[in-house]
Amino acid sequence: MLTTRPSRPDGSRDLGTVRTILRLMPFVRPALRSIILGMIAALLAGLVSLAIPLVLQNLVDGPLSTGDGRQVLPAALAVLALGGLEALLIGARRRFVLTPGTHVEAALRNTLYRKLQDLPVAFHDRWQSGQLLSRSMSDLGLIRRWFSFGIVLLIVNVITIVIGFGVLFIWSWQLAIVFAVCSIPIFVYSYIFENKYSVVARRSQDQQGDLATAVEESVHGIRVLKAFGRGRYSLEKYVRQAEQLRGTELDKARAVAGLWLWLLLIPDVAFALCLGGGVWLASQHLMTVGDLFAFFATATVIRFPIESIGFLLSMTFDTRTAIDRLFEVLDESNPITDPDPARTVSHPTGRLLFDDVHFRYQDSPESVPDLIDGVRLELEPGETMALVGLTGSGKTTLTALTTRLYDVTGGAVRIDGVDIRDLTREELRRHIAMAFEDATLFSASVRDNVLLGRPELADPERKADADRVLAEALEIAQAEFVANLPEGSDTKVGEEGLSLSGGQRQRLALARAIAADPAILVLDDPLSALDVDTEARVEAGLRRVLGRTTALVVAHRPSTVQLADRVALLQAGRVTAVGTHSHLLATNEHYRFVISSLDDDRESPDLDRYSDDDEEVSA
Amino acid sequence: MSAVAGVGGEERSDYTREESREIRQRSLRLLGSLLRPERGRLIGSALMIVVSTGAQVAGPALIAYGIDAGLPALVAKHSSFVPVGVAFAAYLVCAIAGAVLAARFTVLAARISQAILLDLRTRVYRHAQLLSLEFHETYTSGRIIARQTSDLEAIRELLDSGITGLVRGVLYMVFTAIALVWLDPWSGVVLAASLVPLAFLTRWFQRRSQLAFRATRVYSARLIVHFVETMTGIRAVQAFRKEKRNEREYGQIVEDYRDANARAIKLYGLFDPGLIMIGNITVAVVLLIGGFRVIGGGLAIGALLAVVLYTRRFFDPMEEMATFYNSYQSAAAAAEKISGVLEEEPSVPDPGHPVDLWKASGGVDFDDVRFAYRDDRVVLPDFELHIPPGQTVALVGSTGAGKSTLAKLIARFYDPTVGAVRLDGVDLRDLHPKDLRRAIVMVTQEAYLFSGSVAENIALGKPGASRDEIVAAARAVGADEFIRLLPDGYDTDVNKRGGRVSAGQRQLLSFARAFLADPAVLILDEATASLDIPSERLVQQGLTTLLADRTAIIIAHRLSTVAIADRVLVMEHGRIVEDGTPEELIGGTGRFAALHAAWRDSLV
Ligand SMILES: Nc1ncnc2c1ncn2[C@@H]1O[C@H](COP(=O)(O)OP(=O)(O)OP(=O)(O)O)[C@@H](O)[C@H]1O
Ligand SMILES: Nc1ncnc2c1ncn2[C@@H]1O[C@H](COP(=O)(O)OP(=O)(O)OP(=O)(O)O)[C@@H](O)[C@H]1O
Ligand SMILES: [Mg+2]
Ligand SMILES: [Mg+2]
Repeated sequence: MLTTRPSRPDGSRDLGTVRTILRLMPFVRPALRSIILGMIAALLAGLVSLAIPLVLQNLVDGPLSTGDGRQVLPAALAVLALGGLEALLIGARRRFVLTPGTHVEAALRNTLYRKLQDLPVAFHDRWQSGQLLSRSMSDLGLIRRWFSFGIVLLIVNVITIVIGFGVLFIWSWQLAIVFAVCSIPIFVYSYIFENKYSVVARRSQDQQGDLATAVEESVHGIRVLKAFGRGRYSLEKYVRQAEQLRGTELDKARAVAGLWLWLLLIPDVAFALCLGGGVWLASQHLMTVGDLFAFFATATVIRFPIESIGFLLSMTFDTRTAIDRLFEVLDESNPITDPDPARTVSHPTGRLLFDDVHFRYQDSPESVPDLIDGVRLELEPGETMALVGLTGSGKTTLTALTTRLYDVTGGAVRIDGVDIRDLTREELRRHIAMAFEDATLFSASVRDNVLLGRPELADPERKADADRVLAEALEIAQAEFVANLPEGSDTKVGEEGLSLSGGQRQRLALARAIAADPAILVLDDPLSALDVDTEARVEAGLRRVLGRTTALVVAHRPSTVQLADRVALLQAGRVTAVGTHSHLLATNEHYRFVISSLDDDRESPDLDRYSDDDEEVSA
Repeated sequence: MSAVAGVGGEERSDYTREESREIRQRSLRLLGSLLRPERGRLIGSALMIVVSTGAQVAGPALIAYGIDAGLPALVAKHSSFVPVGVAFAAYLVCAIAGAVLAARFTVLAARISQAILLDLRTRVYRHAQLLSLEFHETYTSGRIIARQTSDLEAIRELLDSGITGLVRGVLYMVFTAIALVWLDPWSGVVLAASLVPLAFLTRWFQRRSQLAFRATRVYSARLIVHFVETMTGIRAVQAFRKEKRNEREYGQIVEDYRDANARAIKLYGLFDPGLIMIGNITVAVVLLIGGFRVIGGGLAIGALLAVVLYTRRFFDPMEEMATFYNSYQSAAAAAEKISGVLEEEPSVPDPGHPVDLWKASGGVDFDDVRFAYRDDRVVLPDFELHIPPGQTVALVGSTGAGKSTLAKLIARFYDPTVGAVRLDGVDLRDLHPKDLRRAIVMVTQEAYLFSGSVAENIALGKPGASRDEIVAAARAVGADEFIRLLPDGYDTDVNKRGGRVSAGQRQLLSFARAFLADPAVLILDEATASLDIPSERLVQQGLTTLLADRTAIIIAHRLSTVAIADRVLVMEHGRIVEDGTPEELIGGTGRFAALHAAWRDSLV
């Protein structure tokens, strides 16, 4: 009854519940022994509890009917011993199963995290982070609980029920058959239940993920919501989503209630029939009163397991859904992997070549041409190249290709002639360091943030080196403000630390790229949040570094462009011109349009020229 | 104020007895206040379950009757089916009634627990939105997410399994006990005696598991903090090869969390068999006493059977109750954290007696303002500034000078430590929040997009805006063109963190948002920093029309902004060092003149 599946709306691969759950085998294997031991303990406990009625039967048929008082004490002691044994066995079951369950959960959580870190940025673009979070927290919690008692109880209860039925046959085969026949509808309904329930269970877990996403966005976007006073508006949206989840949960409850009805009703109907039949049988002397007594005692013992099937089944299907959701991520194939065998560039000179590079985002419509549509660009060792282009022309995208945050869809990026796809990602990212548009700092000290690209300096023995690198990087990025922070470079920044101003964050991100001491620096609009003065000083510092490092610098402003030896102009997915700033300015119309705020005829710096600018654009 | 008020001491595990009691009570108050509105339904469901459980509990008594009365009647000379028939029919009726009601009850219980959850979700979300930035900056997004996800989950677990289990279990036990006492008071005495060890065991479990579950909440929040940070910064993580280091750090927290969970579970693993042990011993004692009494003739065999069955049944729901108690402890620990957040007062509170300002003209005044994020680091010492309605002010100055801080004070993200910021003469602290938000809008340094379509994102500036208005706003800032080129135009889903549009495009969208909002005072905090020069020009062109009759504070490093400004302020170290019209300042010999000249030279 557990093996058939309704086809799911998303049409994904459709494995049976058992097979889905078996996919966890590699994670469960270390815990398997204890889980089986736990089941055995639970089974024994079940048997013991079934044995108690036996004693009662003997007592009723024997001493009590004959009035032999001496037998009562041993019988009660037997019940006591069995009861004690039952408790011990249940305790043993918990001992065996519970801790291994937490290990399974932990292993899964680490695996999921590792996988997520390994998956490329394109994956993260596609997936809402709340969905990932809900997988990592609530789905894995569900799986643990199922392994800790769901599976154990399910199997043990089913076995208890089967054995209980067997015992019933011993007391009275006629009554047992009545009982068995009555139970058939339970199986039929369980099947219907699975179909109904699995669909809503999936929907519910997905909606929980959506809700987590909404929560996350409301927190990350809190400044925007506050700035526009839209707290209430977003609350309304959130409540609508939460109400949908409530609807789904109620659907779930209805499905469970349907199953429950049968699980409660059928044993009771069977009891009633057996009562009538049993008394009659006893009156015909086809069974003894003791047998009848024991029959009911046994039937009572298997009542609870039968009732619990409802809860256990719904839990099992919830878990199955959780496993499905987990494997949706774990099965995700990673197109950006390390080659085997990998090549290596031990002493990169820093020659960076975009060799007819093509790239399009995974989901861009067929009709549009490639975003990067055949870029050819070569950076000589030590050269600084500025990359200039309109908003949305693909500059950031092109920089992301150099460290394989995305992989080219055509052509190749080469370092010293080696296709970057032939290097391990680790090595590649050691050769190239980036500063992103948005300065992401992690919750760590300034020191750790800046030295992020130099894990080898974390060694306490190399503290002197680390200090030197840190000081130098901060100096170049003009991040002298660090000295004034409460604890200097040990001040914790990022979300869990001190909030910094936009320009301060940007300078730290820049210092981080510089400190990595790469062969190639890729800086995406690294000075956008700096004032004119600071910008000039950072540039002076950068010049020193850039003298010895190859650099690709995305620039929007002429002042940044001036850092560069040459400028590449990105237009319609291609590099349409490469040359020095003044050369391009003189020869290239589009370049002038992109970079120049002045009119063609340079006039003296007074104020009316701004209005001329406006006219130029609107013209 | 106590050390554990609000979210204080949230991560500690060494609460004193008083502190522990204080937060536990706060948590109970929260749970109580959640249950209160559901009182009616709870009582209804309790009645339902009374009948249903009563019907189910009647079973053994009917069996006893069937055997004790039915069997002799059947084997008697004038054999009669009546007693058996009555027992049979009664049993059947009870069974059907019991089952149907139990099923209905399941649905009703789900209704109750879902209503409670919705209520709680709404409360936490609303409160999180209400809390000021100061709180969010120290508490971190991961933690507040944890409170709204995994902690809520713990409460949800309690409600899901718990309420049904609890009500059913308690009633079942009460009824069983009543039936038992009614059948045989002596066995009732034995049962009562068993409650003593039960109470001790429960008390022990309560103490220990409280500690254990608190630890699980702390670690689960840390897990989420780390997880969220990694996933939001995934580009930097990969580019700087932080994966391995992250794995180690995260692995450590995973292990801590696992360990905390294992500890909590182990406690339960002792508690539960303990309960069973007590139950089984009680059964044996009841049997012993009852057996002797049957022999002595004080008890019928059928009655003994019933008594033993009842005693056993009395302990049957124990397991369920124990599960409930366990989830209750877990939920209470979660509620401790949630109630802590709810207890936090916004440091930028809504006014008690708000002043309405229907039509703001846009005069902004800083009167003797002093402001510090942290007491020891004053950012704006003694600040005085008056901006008349309709003026466009350009604010420049080196990074870290306090420009964004100034802007955030006007938008009332923070309140000044000393002095007042006023709009049209009204202290922002007294202004009706609705009027404040309508009158003052700020475009922040970080352009954040919410998942949803481009149109929805722009419409955030004015919920309910028509498509035409949205398009007009986009066109005004020059965003229309690229939006139309997106796969579905205005209906394109920007998805996660606006990852799907470029940085400049993102800024244009948040610009369009502000355009749509149409406030009396507009603050732009480096809102054009990532734009290319042509787009910036378009934006400025749009601004000249937009700003014609409203107050604007424009923070920009690109001095081109100065062109559209009536007045320029130069800020250094939290003070205004120069103030004048662009012409005056450029013509002068001050800092701005030098800056402007340098900037001019950089242009081409
Ligand atoms: N993750 C993504 N998935 C799909 N499309 C994207 C993604 N990121 C960017 N795009 C699209 O690709 C185009 C180029 O974006 P990119 O960020 O490379 O521009 P850019 O040149 O860096 O612009 P800016 O100067 O504004 O930073 C844009 O039209 C954008 O909408
Ligand atoms: N939330 C905060 N908590 C504590 N200190 C802060 C916070 N935000 C900013 N600061 C500090 O206050 C000072 C002024 O910051 P502010 O953001 O106002 O500078 P800014 O003039 O806008 O600089 P930028 O041009 O770099 O954006 C800085 O030293 C900064 O480190
Ligand atoms: Mg970009
Ligand atoms: Mg700022």
